[in-house]
Amino acid sequence: MLHIVNKSATDRGSLESCLRMATKGSAVLLIEDAVYAATTGNTAAAKIQAAAADLKIYALGPDLAARGMAGRVLDGVNVVDYGGFVDLVAEHSNCQSWL
Amino acid sequence: MSDMDEMEDGSGIVKKFMFLNRKAPHGTVYALEGLEVVLITAAFDQDVSMVFTDDGVYQLMKGIDSKGIEVKDFSKTYRALDGYDIEKLYVDQASMDARGLTEDDLIVDVTVLAVDEMANLMAEQDVVISF
Repeated sequence: MLHIVNKSATDRGSLESCLRMATKGSAVLLIEDAVYAATTGNTAAAKIQAAAADLKIYALGPDLAARGMAGRVLDGVNVVDYGGFVDLVAEHSNCQSWL
Repeated sequence: MSDMDEMEDGSGIVKKFMFLNRKAPHGTVYALEGLEVVLITAAFDQDVSMVFTDDGVYQLMKGIDSKGIEVKDFSKTYRALDGYDIEKLYVDQASMDARGLTEDDLIVDVTVLAVDEMANLMAEQDVVISF
């Protein structure tokens, strides 16, 4: 399953809700304000790094760049472009957006 | 001039306005709208403070490149605030720490305040407008 999160983890609880429900081997794609969680020094960074042991974590590159965060991405997070976003949706049989 | 006269023409009344920014720049429209309102307020010669707390500190990040999401990059507008006599920019230390940010990461010069200093600044305002 592909989980998509678009809210900042330092503003809302949707990343936490997502990580609670995501089963081993699932993919989590961070877009819009959710990309901040995948950056160094953010309080959510530890949660992302712990989750990366069991889940594949992706972040949308254009959203990172638009927030001045392109150079701060955590190790273990895969940066994808819009084409990669489409591929992730196509590769997974189902998806859940944590709005 | 009597108080009544001052109220009628509005001249001479200067209030302390705080614009409190708590949202990241592109995920919602709050940051851009807040900035526009601050620029309008500058025309009224009030005592304006602009405050960035929580995800609002992200509004001031250097190196923003929003071409990829086809959204206007308004971050450089913060540098123009000085030209509108809006010089009181404050950021919350704890919000910076929680996001791994330092003053060097920000596009404008700011005053970093501890939580008690920020609380006092807020308490002494006549008007607080939140975005």
